Amino acid sequence: MVSGLKEKVGEVLLPGDEFCFEAEDTISLTEQVKPEKVVCGPGLRRSGDRLLVCKSGVLRHKQPNTFWIDSQQRRYVPVKGESVVGIVTAKSGDVFKVDFGGSEQASLSYLAFEGATKRNRPNVQVGDLVFAQFLIANKDMEPELVCIDGSGRANGMGVLAGGGLLFRVSLGLVRRLLAPHSKIESDLKQLFPCELVVGMNGRVWVHSCSVQQTLIIANLLQSCDTMTAAQRRELFRRVQQGVL
Amino acid sequence: MANDSVKLSKNLLRMKFMQRGLDAETKKQLEEDEKRIISDEHWCLDLPELKAKENLIIEEKSFVPCEDLKYGRMSFGGFNPEVEKLMAVMNPKDEEEKQEEEEELSHMQTDITDEEMALRYESLVGSMKRKFAKKRERAAFNEDDVNQNAADSKKVFLKPQD
Repeated sequence: MVSGLKEKVGEVLLPGDEFCFEAEDTISLTEQVKPEKVVCGPGLRRSGDRLLVCKSGVLRHKQPNTFWIDSQQRRYVPVKGESVVGIVTAKSGDVFKVDFGGSEQASLSYLAFEGATKRNRPNVQVGDLVFAQFLIANKDMEPELVCIDGSGRANGMGVLAGGGLLFRVSLGLVRRLLAPHSKIESDLKQLFPCELVVGMNGRVWVHSCSVQQTLIIANLLQSCDTMTAAQRRELFRRVQQGVL
Repeated sequence: MANDSVKLSKNLLRMKFMQRGLDAETKKQLEEDEKRIISDEHWCLDLPELKAKENLIIEEKSFVPCEDLKYGRMSFGGFNPEVEKLMAVMNPKDEEEKQEEEEELSHMQTDITDEEMALRYESLVGSMKRKFAKKRERAAFNEDDVNQNAADSKKVFLKPQD
């Protein structure tokens, strides 16, 4: 199966395509070869011994045995462990309701903040932005967010305060922004001192010294979606020179 | 006593106060009986044993580990120093970057040459010696000092000028 998958790397696959374990893959005459484990990422699904494609896109591969489908989608589907930027929409007793752009609102316990106790409640108001990660993300259950990691540290999560601007970009752009050796990030680095919070749900929060700079960065990032690398570099260069 | 004639009932033998007087064999038998009764009461289905088949496919729902995505908070140009510190902690470094850093470190180590170091320690030797010296020896040092600059260090009251 691994060889079959490796052949298809870089090709477009459609939902319904499947890969099966082939007998030749595992049987060896001389010694018993231990079959390799395969990690299937988003867009691939396990069904018994078969591997099914459930999103259309390009098959990608990472050493040693990780495969996933690189696809574009508009709707964010929560995944356990991913961090998102959400908006607090309601306060009801022990939990806050947080809108993160998914099909359902997530709940966020008031105890899931750094340093919060029953007596010492965190100061969170309706309308605040929170950067949090998913503790529960299950298709059958209400998603649950937390603003602490396993050891109770905030690690940059929590309420995003002090101004700034929130806007939406595509999920694909978020992944391009967060990718290691990201070109967009290194271009952005050379512009102004600023702060970015990028949620996997496509929401980006920008904060910089002045409103004007914040708006410039927001507009640049939003237009990055539909530009080639050369166009982007040109635009960033012009901004740096102060034309725009 | 007449063992054969008087046989105590099982239920009586099972009672707590009778346990002390029982010999090992009867005790074992009683326990076995009890076990059988318990296991008879348990239900079990006549099914072939489920084989725990090794799973060769691991599902991963998130893009983050697949594409090695970085942590979502970033700050540039020293805008938020706390976040910049966090970035260094949260984002695992690549081998290339690590190597670069090591090179930098080795450059840094040559900032102070061996000669400079020797010069600095030369001046330190005296003060360190004084620190570790015993009381009597220390007194000798002080005397030396006093003898050296006795003439100019003698403190005299200077009358302030009006």
